[in-house]
Amino acid sequence: MTEDRARKVYAIDRGTVIDHIPSPLALKVVEILGVKQEGILTIGINFKSAKLGSKDIVKVENLKLTESVTDRLALVAPTATINIIEQGRVVEKRPIHIPREFHGLLRCPNPKCITNVEEVTTVFHLEGEPPHPAVRCHYCERLYKNPGELVE
Amino acid sequence: MEFNQRSIISIRDFSREEIEFVVGKALEVKQGRWHDALSGKVLASLFFEPSTRTRLSFDAAMVSMGGRVVGFADAGVSSTKKGESLADTIRTVTGYCDVIAMRHPVEGAARLASEVAGVPVINAGDGANQHPTQTFLDLFTIHEEFGRLDGLKVGMLGDLKYGRTVHSLAKALSLFEVEQVFISPPSLRMPEGIIEELRQGGTAFQEVEEIDQVQGALDVLYVTRIQKERFADFQEYERVAGAYRLGHRELSALGGQCRVMHPLPRVDEIKPEVDSGGNAIYFRQAHNGIPTRQALLGLVTGTIS
Repeated sequence: MTEDRARKVYAIDRGTVIDHIPSPLALKVVEILGVKQEGILTIGINFKSAKLGSKDIVKVENLKLTESVTDRLALVAPTATINIIEQGRVVEKRPIHIPREFHGLLRCPNPKCITNVEEVTTVFHLEGEPPHPAVRCHYCERLYKNPGELVE
Repeated sequence: MEFNQRSIISIRDFSREEIEFVVGKALEVKQGRWHDALSGKVLASLFFEPSTRTRLSFDAAMVSMGGRVVGFADAGVSSTKKGESLADTIRTVTGYCDVIAMRHPVEGAARLASEVAGVPVINAGDGANQHPTQTFLDLFTIHEEFGRLDGLKVGMLGDLKYGRTVHSLAKALSLFEVEQVFISPPSLRMPEGIIEELRQGGTAFQEVEEIDQVQGALDVLYVTRIQKERFADFQEYERVAGAYRLGHRELSALGGQCRVMHPLPRVDEIKPEVDSGGNAIYFRQAHNGIPTRQALLGLVTGTIS
């Protein structure tokens, strides 16, 4: 079983396990979650997965990542599942929800957009639904069909 | 419907009901119902890039309704030249006025301004993005001509790829029961994103390359200029631009009755022979910028309700 396999790699007592990350995006996931400096991380790349063919796993020790943090993965790893671990047991399992708005997560590729001219936090609105999400820049109003590519 | 202190940034922010409301108010203004409504109000007219028509139209709208105007017509004379951020300029100007009209070359500049300003901001053009008062005056003109927007067939001719006017108009008309016809050379077609939005919204439309291919008569033909800069080859430009020049012959192919609109300035895309007939409404359209902008200025400052 996937969960057993993940435990064989390195079981954690407390923290967050991000499973079912499409390979090879584990490092990107760590970057998006901003957990590089947050204690011990275990990263597994290219595990076999019945669902995805191959998948990555990221384990963040001692940190319970909230939904608003893990939902930042929606555009890059929408298939990821979040497991919150306490005393070696899964106490919460949840999927990624795609937010209607993204604040400060994406960069607008339009060089004429105000977000690339002034100090402004980017805002994007979700327009298309998964599996084909699209986002529109709140400022220059351009529509982007591959929003995963805009993640900074 | 609440318009007091609301910024006018993009036609995307408005529902069908809100557009109808603004069009109705513009008609009341044109009929003289809101005489001197802007008395005592100050407009800051911030034009970070040159514009003659839009700037003069805002100034005239304000002054002829009793208001006053401060501002600049060129970023060279503002403190932007000294390196001040747009946000700081807007925060400062907010203390001098009741409403801001601004044109800026950067896309999204007006949206940002509206987020830091303490007064409503009216977008008078932000780069290639939006110019909502133009769209409102276009809709007002069509409504004035026909007494309705629903049930009309509206064509757009020329450069549909780069023209922000036609993008916004197509989007606004898609909120009504309007059939749209896009006539352009293949290289200047309506952008795929807009076509897809219309398709998803269930708007009836056709795309053709020549005026003669339009099926059935049009109520309105909105003409835009094909710009030389879009073509690497001057001869190719001449050939294409020539094929989209509107005269009596082309008008009769479109049913003979259709009203011709143009955001102006025009160069030679409409032959002078069209000016004198009953089809041409482009100068009245330009003049409608006054009551439309007066209605918006009055609504957002709370003096028209």
